[in-house]
Amino acid sequence: MKTYLPAKFIVERDEARCIQCQVCVRQCSFETHYYDPEDDEVCSREHNCVGCHRCMLFCPTNAITIRENPRDYRQNFNWRPEVIEDIKKQAETGSILLTGMGNDKEYPVYWDHLLLNAAQVSNPSIDPLREPMELTTFIGRKPERVELDPVTMDLKTILAPQVELALPVMFSAMSYGAVSLNVQESLARAATAAGVMWNTGEGGFHRSLQKYADNTIVQVASGRFGVHPEYLDAARIVEIKIGQGAKPGIGGHLPGEKVSEDVAMTRMIPQGSDAISPAPQHDIYSIEDLAQLVYAIKEATNYTKPVSVKIAAVHNAAAIASGMVRAGADMIVLDGLRGSTGAAPKVIRDNVGIPIELALAAVDTRLREEGIRNRASLVVAGGIRRSTDVLKAVILGADAVYIATSALVALGCTTCQQCPTGKCAWGICTTDPILTKRINPEIGAERLTNLLRGWSLEIKDMLGGMGINALESVRGNRLHLRGVHLTDTELEVLGVRQAGN
Amino acid sequence: MVTATKSTVEIDAMGLTHRQMNARLRELVADGSQHIILRNCYGQKYIGTNLNTSVEIEIHGTPGGALGSFMKGPRITVHGNAQDGTGNTMDEGLIVIHGHAGDITGLSARGGKIFIRDYVGYRNGIHMKEYKEKKPTIVIGSSSQDFLGEYMAGGVLVVLGLDLAEGEYHRANFVGTGMHGGVIYLRGKIHDYQLGKEVGVAELDENDWAILRPLIEEYADHFGADAEEIIGRGEFFKLYALSLRPYGRLYTV
Repeated sequence: MKTYLPAKFIVERDEARCIQCQVCVRQCSFETHYYDPEDDEVCSREHNCVGCHRCMLFCPTNAITIRENPRDYRQNFNWRPEVIEDIKKQAETGSILLTGMGNDKEYPVYWDHLLLNAAQVSNPSIDPLREPMELTTFIGRKPERVELDPVTMDLKTILAPQVELALPVMFSAMSYGAVSLNVQESLARAATAAGVMWNTGEGGFHRSLQKYADNTIVQVASGRFGVHPEYLDAARIVEIKIGQGAKPGIGGHLPGEKVSEDVAMTRMIPQGSDAISPAPQHDIYSIEDLAQLVYAIKEATNYTKPVSVKIAAVHNAAAIASGMVRAGADMIVLDGLRGSTGAAPKVIRDNVGIPIELALAAVDTRLREEGIRNRASLVVAGGIRRSTDVLKAVILGADAVYIATSALVALGCTTCQQCPTGKCAWGICTTDPILTKRINPEIGAERLTNLLRGWSLEIKDMLGGMGINALESVRGNRLHLRGVHLTDTELEVLGVRQAGN
Repeated sequence: MVTATKSTVEIDAMGLTHRQMNARLRELVADGSQHIILRNCYGQKYIGTNLNTSVEIEIHGTPGGALGSFMKGPRITVHGNAQDGTGNTMDEGLIVIHGHAGDITGLSARGGKIFIRDYVGYRNGIHMKEYKEKKPTIVIGSSSQDFLGEYMAGGVLVVLGLDLAEGEYHRANFVGTGMHGGVIYLRGKIHDYQLGKEVGVAELDENDWAILRPLIEEYADHFGADAEEIIGRGEFFKLYALSLRPYGRLYTV
């Protein structure tokens, strides 16, 4: 069938600059550039271009420019190019539209409507360059009250297991198979260097990464891939994954062609078979069932580590979160509307779930009202882009945040959304043995460590400006935020006052 | 209360919470006990989790949910019935139940064996998987309810249908829905509509009998049945995955 889909991008090659070196041909994993030996010329198949900019950055003479193809149909707000082309694609394939990364639609980004406070006159600001600032965060269940021995002043209360983070940022779950082993190693090394955690996702814990176990969160999800006693023992935190922000209520299929020998070994399934993660976990149909799995994991690890439960932020997240805490979760994770994925049905990614800012505020408020906020750490994920998002999340009530897209962007990702093709030209979301070499774990770890260092310095700067020297002092203290361009209802849900008020 | 002999130990489970009881089990195993008898078991959960040796555990009474979940190594005999989640994500070992078991028995099991003398509830053997020599096995004496072997990705599930009267059909629907690996051996009649779309039906060949016969013999050994009599009843079928990739053509990028 002839396709009616136009090219999304235009490839411009400046003939005056091009030296026919064919770097672009070798860099493009989508076969956009090719060498024509008859004309002794490098040419392009623009239809294949995904706009990832790999060729542009690697062209030694800056000869290539990638521009969006304007696709100037007759202007129509309702029938925009994306809508027209989605319909054509389905008319040509009869399939579910699959996509990668997070929701790219124009839903409000509440972080950008929240403004931070600063100290002026009535209290002094602090210069973090000369005074100590505390970002250390402890993940785990906190006691109702703390008792000290009156003579020795030693702690008498027995604390639940705690995991210390040097800053309130962790790398969110990305499984081996979805991303390459080199990406996982970059994350694991950086987490270890920066004193935070990375998360294996549900694709098992590769043996070559076991040396980073002290900074590792392992997942138990609906596929239960690679879950065995040693896996649970190795981790610092075990996370039960119920849902993901990019695809609430949806399972996952790692297609058979991505299940290489090494992926098969780590997931413990036959090579080449589909790795199917069912939509639900069939042993969790209720809060009571969840409690049974939480405590099965606690028994299996002898109560030595926090157990986390992760859900997608959905309409009644607050009530569900309350149930999760009561089911024994020591950490609860909310993954918002803009959370990313290696593959999700487009309609689900773009239409299901709620913004993380609203879910976070609602859950924190609910747990406080019920007097159980201390029983679990609250971690949020889904669209955290910069240090201000982290600080605003903490002020809204989060203990820490998870980042994944930001981490991948640090490694080179340009969010071209081709993750499900497995052809990632940046060598991130692929298991192709040649493409995966494009990520060097040593350099990857350095880029990620730098990112975390930068964010950490910025957070200290902002805290200092507020006259506060410990992150703990602003956690859940929403008076440090003011809203702009928000309705009364939005302000009410966020628990934040209008700017100027 | 604990009475110790050289390697056999008895625990009176009356009044113990699951946490107390499992901590006690771990202590005993660490001390080298090889045979532990639990008396008066009243619904304590997670028995056998985190012991990681081949200790023998005999349970008198009714264990609670998630018996042997994430279990690696122990050999558990239940003189009574088991509840939901028996052998959930089990890794290695043996569970023998002289009675019936609840829902999600052997869910996501990766290895080990489970024998149930009588019947089981719903969603049993869902998403069992195998890798090389690791291969979980579940043998059910009577019958199962719906969703048996759903998403099954590996291992062996046997349903002997010993409670079925002459000419009676199995009651389970959606058997093997989404199955993409492993094998189910079923004895007794079943309608096509009771099977998932992803399942093929075949007669047993020699290779199948080489797997099934020893399992029936082991079942007979555990429960004092007559293996030859069971085999003699006939009506054995094999259910297998039609494709390793049942959902290959659903998506377009």
